[in-house]
Amino acid sequence: MKNYHVAIVGGGVIGSAIAWELAHYKLDVIVFEKGSDVASATSKANSGVIHSGINSKPGSLKAFFCVQGNQMFNSLSKEFGIPVKWIGKYVIAKNENETKELENLKRVGEKNKVPGLKIINGSKISEKNVPCTQALWVPTAGIISPYEFTIALAENAAENNIKFCLETKVTGLKKQQDHFLIKTNKDEYQSDILINAAGLNCREIVSMVEEPDFNVYPCRGEYLVLDKKYGNLVKSMIYPVPVKELGVLGVHITPTTEGNILLGPSAEYIDDSEDKITTKSMMTTLLKEAKEIIPKLPDRAVINAYSGIRCKLESPEHGGLADYRIQESKQTPGLINLLGIESPGLTAAPAIAKHVTEIVSKNIEIKNNTNYKKPKPRMKRFAEMNSQQQSDLIKKDARYGRIVCRCEQVTEAEVINALNNPLGAHTLSSVKYRCRAGMGRCQGGFCTQHIVRLLEENYDVNINDIKLKSPDSYLFSGRTHEVKK
Amino acid sequence: MTTVDVAIIGAGPAGLAAAVSAKQNGAKNVIILDRNSWLGGILPQCIHDGFGVIETGTSMTGPEYANMYIQMAEKHKITLLSETMVLSLDKNLTITAVNKKGLQKIKARSIILSMGCRERTRWFAMIPGDRPSGIYTAGVAQAFINLYNIMPGKNIIILGSGDVGLIMARRLKFEGANVLGVVEILPFPSGLPRNVVQCLDDYDIPLYLNHTITYIQGRERLESVTIAQIDKNRNPLPGTEKKIKCDTLLLSLGLIPENELATNIGIKIDNITGGPVVNQFLETSIPGVYACGNCLQVYDLVDELSSDAKRAGKNAAQKNNLKTKKIIKINPGKGVRYVIPQVLTTPGKIHFSLRVEKPEESKKLIIKSDGKEIFSKKLAWVNPANMISFDAEIPAELLEKGHDVEVRLDD
Repeated sequence: MKNYHVAIVGGGVIGSAIAWELAHYKLDVIVFEKGSDVASATSKANSGVIHSGINSKPGSLKAFFCVQGNQMFNSLSKEFGIPVKWIGKYVIAKNENETKELENLKRVGEKNKVPGLKIINGSKISEKNVPCTQALWVPTAGIISPYEFTIALAENAAENNIKFCLETKVTGLKKQQDHFLIKTNKDEYQSDILINAAGLNCREIVSMVEEPDFNVYPCRGEYLVLDKKYGNLVKSMIYPVPVKELGVLGVHITPTTEGNILLGPSAEYIDDSEDKITTKSMMTTLLKEAKEIIPKLPDRAVINAYSGIRCKLESPEHGGLADYRIQESKQTPGLINLLGIESPGLTAAPAIAKHVTEIVSKNIEIKNNTNYKKPKPRMKRFAEMNSQQQSDLIKKDARYGRIVCRCEQVTEAEVINALNNPLGAHTLSSVKYRCRAGMGRCQGGFCTQHIVRLLEENYDVNINDIKLKSPDSYLFSGRTHEVKK
Repeated sequence: MTTVDVAIIGAGPAGLAAAVSAKQNGAKNVIILDRNSWLGGILPQCIHDGFGVIETGTSMTGPEYANMYIQMAEKHKITLLSETMVLSLDKNLTITAVNKKGLQKIKARSIILSMGCRERTRWFAMIPGDRPSGIYTAGVAQAFINLYNIMPGKNIIILGSGDVGLIMARRLKFEGANVLGVVEILPFPSGLPRNVVQCLDDYDIPLYLNHTITYIQGRERLESVTIAQIDKNRNPLPGTEKKIKCDTLLLSLGLIPENELATNIGIKIDNITGGPVVNQFLETSIPGVYACGNCLQVYDLVDELSSDAKRAGKNAAQKNNLKTKKIIKINPGKGVRYVIPQVLTTPGKIHFSLRVEKPEESKKLIIKSDGKEIFSKKLAWVNPANMISFDAEIPAELLEKGHDVEVRLDD
């Protein structure tokens, strides 16, 4: 059995950022992801915000990694060619009590060394559709596509020979002398170090080798996505003052880098960390609360709804925000746990990855990978190009001249590029999250048949094996009439 | 840049009929652009019959009906650009489109919009629950079965009793699927009565009126839906919930005219039809741009659609946009959901089409202006699923005075 230096459990933004960081060193690394693609759980279903650090307790790991991570995104954006938009955020106050809360937030932010914070009179803010008495302006808050970022990290890691095992669930773990024996639903593996970046399942992984001294309290957040038609309602992020008792930031309005607007998330503690449902009552509440922020919000603007689950370490009874726990287990040397990585986990991920690499380097000797291949910066989408660029591209490759997704104007070449990903992810969602086919207002009505056709034509895929998003999410029940070849 | 007399966006039945008619009425260069690799739009997947009965006296299948027009288009030497997606229009009637040969710029004397429509999704009805695979709009499922030889599933529930949903209930039954029922929120079916009989009744497929789906379950593939009876405000009645095991949910929630190209250049849209506001020439608020087919209003019969599309084609060819000084509005009144055209610029014999609010018996359709009745017609029954069309003479003095017109249903 091959022995890996490092095994990472979880292909979310944390696992992928660590894998990418480790790809810079001469190490054999393997990543286990139970979903059919990376970013298939919490890392894809969040607000996509690069947080400034005004919401984390000074001195906490959250504050430290958030502020440090925030500063890394400009260079990451350049390196991967993924847009980051520093659109800033307003935390709005509607009365005197809330105004006091703005001052508290500003104080916390300043302690965390968040620059440029300003309290502005409601009549002077740059958002015409948002009435408020006062607002805290946070210029260092930005947005990024959370799944695009995670996918880019993982794909470059994979291009540098880090092995990603998709649809692979870790089912057992044993520490044997100086290495870990890892059982999965597919095969057995062995590694020197085990990094537990399993998100909501972090406790399950710990409990395979030792008695966990913590609990995970899943907290569901539902979102609504608005049609791009309404993308101009706000330019920056709009937050209410945080809901203290729930330990969440409250229903907010977040533009995405692609021009949609997200409403949400709600906050609801649940028992089952896989229960990613949407509920009628929350959909209604989200619309109502969002309308309190933007009274002009139209009724029939929603094109999709989804939920993501936060990994909280504090019980709902206790409330409040627990800090991250990032450390090597004392009982099980070589087991590096990342526990309770909730918001601002996306922002913190690149800084956390650097920190985890340091912990790894204390255990095993690491040397620079002189063969490290930098990522090819992401090409502009066809829909984002000017006519000249579009023309030139079609001359080089005619498949850019065939539109597959009408709503988002995604071309056949872009779908094929997405399908050619180095992770080997072939679900409809893996196409959608890479090139946006299926993300528009018709939600796949036009493009699904074309993507299925391209999968059949280019990959010799049996139609019974085509999936929507996860290992058992089959799309079809066979041929209408079987044709003998 | 190519210059043409008439450029048509969409090669479905409306685009084809409009193109043939434009050519017959004097247009020399007629071009149709379509994003698909085939002609006929949605018709090739509509393999059931019932097409062309009014127009030709013969009941044809969708592909047969499409072929009839494809042959006419070929005979009239109409230029067709397939696999060509129109990206944008401008007010000077220039089209930017893309295909495998590159970006295409086409300058037209008239443009006809015939982009068709798309289906409403789960999120129109905001159905909560899981987000599994196995949820298809009825038209997508129809394409998979009829064009790609692929079965979407085995145990099927259909939400919405629109025509596509009804037709698919029967189609899936033919293919051996277990069709568990059609769920309709309204107290009456929204598809044509003949389809209710021929697609559901004949195959003992239950129709649940006044019901809706309140929950979708299944983390990966669909496992069940919960249906419930609704009250007068369309809220589910507690205690009436019933869980039905199924692996496939088809949505037939209605169609939305596709008008992004139109709205992007500021063409005025009717909020009820979802299509452009047009005058009696089927001309939109931008002179020289005409609209027909399902992007103007969602039709129930292709015969009617083709007939209107031919008028659009003729008007576009002749560039009929003669205007009197006054423009009068035509407003839907009591019992009427919408009327086309929405504005009038000339008097004379005008062709109207409309839909009513609800099914009723023995009604009188009335056109009124300034308190005076200028047209009336008795109707034995009316039904929202059946579009009503008729010609009425609009006197010249009405336009001179500039009074708006109301079209209503009286007892």
